[in-house]
Amino acid sequence: MVITNNIFRFTLVLCLSLASSLVQATPEIQYWQSRHGAEVYYVHAPGLPIVDLQITFNAGSARDGDLSGLSSLTNHMLGMGAGGLDATQIAQRFEGVGAIFSHDVDRDMAWLKLRSLSQKKWLDPAVDTLSLVLEKPNFSKKDFDREKKRYLISLKGERQNPGAVASRAFYKAIYGNHPYGNMPNGTEKTINNISRNNLKNFFRKYYVVRNATIAIVGDLDKKAAASMVERLLEKVPSGKAAPPLPEVAELKEAKTIRLSFPSSQSHVLMGQPGNYRGDPDYFVMYLGNHALGGGGLVSRLGEEIREKRGLSYSVYSYFLPLARKGIFQAGMQTKNTQVDLGVKVLRETIRNFIDKGITEKELIASRKNITGGFPLRIDSNKKILGYLAMIGFYKLPLTYLNDFNKKIDAITLKQIRETLRRRLHVDRMVTVIVGGGQ
Amino acid sequence: MQRVNKLAVFCICLATSIVAQAGVSEYRLDNGLKLIVKEDHRAPVVVSQVWYKVGSSYEHNGSTGISHVLEHMMFKGTKKHPPGEFSRIISANGGRENAFTGSDYTAYFQRLEKSRLKVSFELEADRMRNILLTDEEFRKEVKVVMEERRLRTEDKPESFTYEQFNAVSYISSPYRIPTIGWMNDLKNMQVDDLKDWYKRWYAPNNATVVVTGDVNAEEVYALAKTYFGPIKPSTDLVPPRPQTEPVQKGMRRIQVKIPAQLPYLLLGYPVPALLGAQNDWEPYALEVLAGILDGGTSARLATRLIRGRGILTSASAGYSLNTRLASLFLLQAVPAQGHTVREAEKVLLKEIKELQTTPVSQSELDRIKAQVVAGNVFERDSIFYQAMQIGTYETVGLGWKRIDEYVEKIQSITPEQIQAVARKYLVGDRLNVAVLIPLPMNEKAGHKTAGGQHGHH
Repeated sequence: MVITNNIFRFTLVLCLSLASSLVQATPEIQYWQSRHGAEVYYVHAPGLPIVDLQITFNAGSARDGDLSGLSSLTNHMLGMGAGGLDATQIAQRFEGVGAIFSHDVDRDMAWLKLRSLSQKKWLDPAVDTLSLVLEKPNFSKKDFDREKKRYLISLKGERQNPGAVASRAFYKAIYGNHPYGNMPNGTEKTINNISRNNLKNFFRKYYVVRNATIAIVGDLDKKAAASMVERLLEKVPSGKAAPPLPEVAELKEAKTIRLSFPSSQSHVLMGQPGNYRGDPDYFVMYLGNHALGGGGLVSRLGEEIREKRGLSYSVYSYFLPLARKGIFQAGMQTKNTQVDLGVKVLRETIRNFIDKGITEKELIASRKNITGGFPLRIDSNKKILGYLAMIGFYKLPLTYLNDFNKKIDAITLKQIRETLRRRLHVDRMVTVIVGGGQ
Repeated sequence: MQRVNKLAVFCICLATSIVAQAGVSEYRLDNGLKLIVKEDHRAPVVVSQVWYKVGSSYEHNGSTGISHVLEHMMFKGTKKHPPGEFSRIISANGGRENAFTGSDYTAYFQRLEKSRLKVSFELEADRMRNILLTDEEFRKEVKVVMEERRLRTEDKPESFTYEQFNAVSYISSPYRIPTIGWMNDLKNMQVDDLKDWYKRWYAPNNATVVVTGDVNAEEVYALAKTYFGPIKPSTDLVPPRPQTEPVQKGMRRIQVKIPAQLPYLLLGYPVPALLGAQNDWEPYALEVLAGILDGGTSARLATRLIRGRGILTSASAGYSLNTRLASLFLLQAVPAQGHTVREAEKVLLKEIKELQTTPVSQSELDRIKAQVVAGNVFERDSIFYQAMQIGTYETVGLGWKRIDEYVEKIQSITPEQIQAVARKYLVGDRLNVAVLIPLPMNEKAGHKTAGGQHGHH
């Protein structure tokens, strides 16, 4: 409701959660399987009278097939009514008990989330409503036709945003025909081609118990959590788990894509396929990138692009680990006349980083930041829920949080140098530049 | 250095549950610095924020954006700590830091593991009075801010429209000033301007330190005395003049024609803030009114205009009651495919009309009350948010204690009061309108792909 206009000193690109640990401070994760085979991850958090729940299906946009946008539109329509109740009535059932219901997709996951007060009187109706949404969403024709139009308008709106245009081109160039190459919100053409039956079939196939993981954090005991899960899934069919996605191919050569755009700045993105959840090199790459462009302004890119030269407000690099290799991306924006300098500094900084690795001093600084800041990663129920959902979906060990700092502490300079050289190739990266004015 | 006050926030009793009592302690140092500590022992972390009473609404024509540029310069070193070292020290302590500027405040913060609070205090105390402000660093940093302006405003059609709308919706009130500053003012800014601004506003008697998290209030107080205590107060601190906005006499309307894909509509009505409101229920009634229109998926804008009639593809309504000066009640909308901004304006005004003529239903009011009660619990999951709330209320002049009346005040609002504020404030002669009219973008021109090599390099 409140409109805020605060402007921050810098923006941080938030990638999907990752973690580190102090043994005594990590939450105790309990795991079990529901009656019909959904995996449940639970943390008891009695500090506040809140329950957070997330049910995640292996049904992200990588499952779209030829109909880019199918996963997103299917998930979106789950907010448009169920069991004969329309969108407003469903929303009233949540909002009338103060609950917050949200749902969305990324390339791997499709999820529904509920945040409610923990008292039975408030929680039970919210869980019942969620269960109705999972059981029989309406997918009504009227809603479908209208929401398709809203998708089309939003795609049109994206074309006035140089950052969004750059990102779309970047994914296409890196992944080609791999399912990760499409944007979750589709294209004008594919959205037009999606039918109501496509949605219903997608829902029937993927929104099933054996394709689900559930994360729960909050003020309810294990028994109550378990019975909540059974109630939630009572009428959801068992189905089967989605098959693994295809591997991501490495890039064979460098590619530079320039798109003219009537903006005062040019947006630059540079990168390649990065790493995946459970990747044996994950921690080494994470630590290395922290020194390159993951540590905000205390990083090489922050220093070279912003602090030394004043070229860009936002500059960063990150790995986005997915089920398969997600992107490694470095980015910045600068006024059109100095974009060539920006691209050059960006590329040379990355090249130097890959060729020579990082210094002992940088290693120590990054390690201290990552391990010393561990408690900040799990200081709210919301953040813990994010980790549970991630650990569950990607089948990471339950000790993931406990092990993180140990893994970071064990990494050597030599390992970083060797890993970066093996995994990153500056001469085979994609560069996207969007801008240049009319 | 006497202790002013220690109060426990009274426990808020929900219909069905009692939220654990949250202790807030308030102190004032001899040099005028205010310290507010809210203990929250759920996780071994601490948030530390320093709030200064200065922001873009303190600025003047010709030097807009100066508070924000100064905020950037606060990371550029002191005699003790060379440029960048501040951030390196916080980082090496596992911390996260940033700063932000708004119309009413400039604030700096760190999030740290709980034992490292003193690291924050030592550095913040140093830069409260001792930053270097060299021309060399300033020249580089003001370029960064200009890039920030391009990113946030120049190249974003809706933000660009909002900035123009905001600038013409106020005549006297300094809320017309964009926080990022006009580009021309940034280009002409001098490092000496910043020196004056810094000297004028950065002092312990113009600052509030807010600490939330797993700490002991008395220990934080002792730490604050050690680090902030020795700083001399400013002796010539003059609060800004009122610059009260004259009552608007008739509708104002502007067009913004820029390359864009989608039209966009903004409507704004001047309304009172909680601070200085003649009737203190009115801002709460406006808050509930905003909730009736846009407090969720079952609220009126989404139900009637986005889904029901399909005239808008997106819409929002909102208002901040915790500002230093009176601000605007805002509505914004993007028309759906096949509909125009004219239609969008018409249907939004029809919603306003209905709020004036027909009392809202009990079920809508009950929904908002449930959301407010629950929201009040949900926001305790974030110690950062709690510190933000305290800092904002303190810095605009309301005082943190008024945070606690929010739930109760919202609960007491009646359908008649909502109708009354709609009739009094949301009227045609007080309306400001801006319309974004998209010009062609020619985006297809010049698409080139170079394979195998690096373009120009």
